[in-house]
Amino acid sequence: MRRAIAKVVREIPFFGAVAFFVILSTFPFYWMVITSFKSNSDLYSVTNIPFWFNDPPTLEHFRYLFQETLFTTWLLNSLIIGVCVVAITLVTALPAAYSLARMTGRSGETLGIGIFLTYLVPPTLLFLPLARIIAELGLQNSMWSLVLVYPTFTIPFCTWLLMGFFKALPPEIEEAAIVDGCSLFGAFVKMALPLSLPGILTVVIFTFTLTLQEFVYALTFISSSAQKPITLGVATDLIRGDIFYWGEIMAGALIASIPVAIGYNFFLDRFISGITGGAVK
Amino acid sequence: MVAITRPVPRPISRFRFILDRRDVLGSILVAPAILYVLLLVGVPFLLAVYYSVSAFTIYDPSWRFVGLANFEQIVQNPVFLQTLGNTFIFTFGSQFLGLILGKFGALLLLRPFPGRKIVRALIILPWAVPVALATVAWQWMFDSLYSVINWTLIALDIITRSQAPNWLGTPGLAMLCVIVVNAWRFFPFAIVIFLAGITAIPQDVLDAATVDGAGFWRRNYQIIVPMILPIVAIGLIFGIVFTFTDLSIVFLMTMGGPVGATSVLGFEGFQVGIVSGDVSHGAAISLFMLPVLFVVVIFMLRFIRRREI
Repeated sequence: MRRAIAKVVREIPFFGAVAFFVILSTFPFYWMVITSFKSNSDLYSVTNIPFWFNDPPTLEHFRYLFQETLFTTWLLNSLIIGVCVVAITLVTALPAAYSLARMTGRSGETLGIGIFLTYLVPPTLLFLPLARIIAELGLQNSMWSLVLVYPTFTIPFCTWLLMGFFKALPPEIEEAAIVDGCSLFGAFVKMALPLSLPGILTVVIFTFTLTLQEFVYALTFISSSAQKPITLGVATDLIRGDIFYWGEIMAGALIASIPVAIGYNFFLDRFISGITGGAVK
Repeated sequence: MVAITRPVPRPISRFRFILDRRDVLGSILVAPAILYVLLLVGVPFLLAVYYSVSAFTIYDPSWRFVGLANFEQIVQNPVFLQTLGNTFIFTFGSQFLGLILGKFGALLLLRPFPGRKIVRALIILPWAVPVALATVAWQWMFDSLYSVINWTLIALDIITRSQAPNWLGTPGLAMLCVIVVNAWRFFPFAIVIFLAGITAIPQDVLDAATVDGAGFWRRNYQIIVPMILPIVAIGLIFGIVFTFTDLSIVFLMTMGGPVGATSVLGFEGFQVGIVSGDVSHGAAISLFMLPVLFVVVIFMLRFIRRREI
């Protein structure tokens, strides 16, 4: 018995440290949740204990968000942008990654690194000229400008990620298909693509979350409320003059965060092996 | 019997013949991705360089070449020098804090314990959630009147209500706030990077060291640290590049204020180039990021090379 107690006491610092990290990571999200369900009189009071409900919880902020603001439009915009960018990314990155992975010698690897490095070119360097290009194309203030621009960072990233997948695929499978009368392109479509389905799924999820996370281009190109994607809309459009609608802002942030958080957690390991580029073997 | 062996005649087009050449097909498959990136990253990049040496504003879209005049004007502007300094403080402050938190977090998560998967999923949240939304939550936590942090400090009798700090309205504190938020956003990334590095070390290497008499610290600093260095370097490169060029945290939390105390390069480029419409000066400000990015990318390439040997 004493030994068991001693063991528990020894573990206290460890679990205390774990608890510290969990609270540090999740407190802002707890704050989103509790703010979004609180009534305004409870929210804007300096004397109430802020950590829980002093008045009964309310759905008023969510009702306001969905009925009195453009929130549903932003959701829909983000969905359309996400789907289009995923389509563009798959159509360009899949063949490119396959081709680079199967290139003989080091040229494929070098070219792949070259493409990946463009992922590191920051939006804050490119937004000025891109804003001009988008104005020339007549896309200013339209969410289609984001559909055009987002692939500039999703294609490099996904090409790099998919290269790893295709390299892990034994080329003998395609060679066997070619011997059996398949064309080179047919071997790619009929053999390599179906076998790399997990990789394709990862790319779809990540492209989608990357489009949801992007903020700088959306801020630069879009100013009319009805064209904003959800992240930009929630962060900049729920403010009237000096007044922040904190309940609504937190409710919107919560709704937009949940799918991204789930998607990330499922595919985290693939993501890490993608950006470290197999630096770990 | 004969019918089975008779070859089935197949129409073979000239097109198909070309597609069956490995090099041709390879180039065709790579071309769309490279074209996309060249057109929408390469061309804008060159355009940005050209803007910075011309007198281009949205009110006067001329392409008059002015040489390095824009850069000279910027460098003589004390506001810009402050911005440049802020950017370095913001970047290295938050990366340092993030790495320390990341190293400790990784040490904790390395040990198996019940509920580790859930703990990991929760710790990842700050990095997974869109930065703009998490930043807004922090902004609300730093609110001048209803700040939960101040409330707690008052409730614990550490400060009185009249002493309650205005987090985002005081220059030094505002910088501390944006650094903390950025470190908070990056430390989960640092944790997973450290974890990926440490778990990749073969156990027999550690066992062999133990047999040879290496203690905990010796194993830690002479085996683990050098072996995870390449992967940590890659993580750090990502952190530095994305922090050095960031604009969203500063834009949402402080708008560069109070009086320019938290203004960073990306934000200043946005203010000058987009909001004020002075494209050429904005581009010149943004281009000040380039030297740092170059150094960082060269390091990255060296690490990638080293792993291939």
